[in-house]
Amino acid sequence: MKFITIDKKNWAKGIEKSRETYRLFGPVKDKNGVFIRTLEKDMLPDMTINDSIMSVKSVLFPQTEKILFTTLDEAKEDHHIMKRVEFDSSPRAVVGIRPYDAKAIELVKMNFDTDDYRDPYWCDAYEATTFVGVGINKPGPFDFSTSAGTGPFSESGLDVLMADLDNAYLAKILTGKGEAFMKSCGFEKNTDEKESQALFDILRKEAEKNISSHIDTGKLKGKTVLELHEAPFWDDIAFACINCGTCTFVCPTCWCFDIQDETKQKSAGRFRNWDTCMSPLFTKHATGHNPRDSKTQRVRQRFMHKLKYFPDKYDKGIMCVGCGRCVKSCPVNIDIREVCKIMNSYEKNN
Amino acid sequence: MENPYLPYPVRIDNIEIATEDKSLKTFKFVFLNPEDEKKFSYQAGQFAELSIPGVGEIPIGIASSPVEKGFVKFTVFRTGVVTSHLHNMKIGDIMGIRGPLGNWYPWDKLENKNVVIIGGGFAFTTLRSSIIYMLDPANRKKFKNIDVVYGARSPGMLLYREELYEWEKRDDINMHITVDGTNDPTWKYHKGFVPQIVEQNAPKADENTYAIICGPPIMIKFTQPALVALGYKEHQIIMSLENRMKCGIGMCGRCNIGKELVCKDGPVFTLEQLNKTPKEY
Repeated sequence: MKFITIDKKNWAKGIEKSRETYRLFGPVKDKNGVFIRTLEKDMLPDMTINDSIMSVKSVLFPQTEKILFTTLDEAKEDHHIMKRVEFDSSPRAVVGIRPYDAKAIELVKMNFDTDDYRDPYWCDAYEATTFVGVGINKPGPFDFSTSAGTGPFSESGLDVLMADLDNAYLAKILTGKGEAFMKSCGFEKNTDEKESQALFDILRKEAEKNISSHIDTGKLKGKTVLELHEAPFWDDIAFACINCGTCTFVCPTCWCFDIQDETKQKSAGRFRNWDTCMSPLFTKHATGHNPRDSKTQRVRQRFMHKLKYFPDKYDKGIMCVGCGRCVKSCPVNIDIREVCKIMNSYEKNN
Repeated sequence: MENPYLPYPVRIDNIEIATEDKSLKTFKFVFLNPEDEKKFSYQAGQFAELSIPGVGEIPIGIASSPVEKGFVKFTVFRTGVVTSHLHNMKIGDIMGIRGPLGNWYPWDKLENKNVVIIGGGFAFTTLRSSIIYMLDPANRKKFKNIDVVYGARSPGMLLYREELYEWEKRDDINMHITVDGTNDPTWKYHKGFVPQIVEQNAPKADENTYAIICGPPIMIKFTQPALVALGYKEHQIIMSLENRMKCGIGMCGRCNIGKELVCKDGPVFTLEQLNKTPKEY
């Protein structure tokens, strides 16, 4: 594995140089907090803040995305025939992505890139993107990533993992895509592999020690879907929920979407928008019948999907990376760690 | 790989009013590009997204049969924004179809079996597709006895009436047509609800008999005990579900019942499968 040292004095210049090849995205702080934004000229990713309010998912899966268009003008030959919106396939890079967000992208990929269908919008964006991560030296109190299949220095889903060493970044090149990005920045100063890896290991262990909250999912697999679905605790869990959907929007692994058409004069567009299982409209039939009519049913759907349906379906762990955003953002303090504990420890009384 | 969100362009070739209250119309579509018809190769029991640019999409069961070539047919109940718009469209209008989507009735498993088809109201579209498929001269010998129980509120609310009366005359299919009630003195078929007609007329189950049910929830609820009384086991009862759908390809996340997605893992499930999933449909 190749390691590169980057003197922080050269960081801004290198990032600027990469723009010749890449469109850049990264965490940016504004008056509302830290968000993942397009990095316009002279903007640098904020590498110091552990958790952005929203995750990186929007780089591949924008909150609103036009997917098809056509003309309704019957004088035109191809009226009412839909076409794909032109896709910008030029390389893009997310700089400063946290390891748990990269892991989340791996999980979401299982939904959009399947044996039967390939979602061209998500997959094309994924293929165009290089993920340049930075390890989290001091995880915050909401971080439970180490017990959710990732961690502050986890490498899965990343092309480069960097460690912040005060005056320098130490970058571990994980893929060819990562190598190409570093080259485009002009960062090519190799360092000793053994020493660098040892340093990464120390930083990882230190960071992991700072993580004080954990979940236990070990007993979920042994319970049936119906056992958990019919368990008596869901009303209590859902009691305070106001179905605002914040948890689903901030979640890096929530991918549900809606498709809507819009027209403007003679042109029609088909859009996909983030949707949320917290909304009653999400499942409401045209007849008025709604299979998840009550708040409790919707809250149960969210936790069952993350902690039972997804792990049962793919056998790749839970659909949660332990970033803690939903815990931090929930206006009524519903905590997935608590829900997981209740589900995992539930024993049906026979 | 193809873009699964991109509909095949089609032209409305014919529109027929399907029921006396005009709430259902049957639309016949022809593909603008003949090669798209080959790509839209389907099995009886599948559905498609009817796609009206600028309005939206709706998932509808395919009413034409794989053995009918040159067109596809859908019978649509007017209920929401897209279906109301579709009901106001004209022959010659251009729109789109995305599909075929979902799984289908298990035709491999049904070979050399007795098949009982039970339908109610306007949930008879994919069942029509299935009957036409099974009665096709190339296919009829693959199946043993075929029984059909189909009911609607009144004679004028039965779908595909002319075909029903044709099938009634044949000796290779046992039709049990019923209506909830009628004042028509010439009505020569059954009167009564579907579950009751099933109980009285459907064949008793042996291990070589399967039932396919499609209908409103209330009909399904009361037909199940009737089938159990006739000896049908959970794996011999095959059902087709509906849920709100958008993508139709298992990605948008709303139509799940447990870990199964009705649009991709379904819409066809056996009662045995459904009994292991939450009843969120």
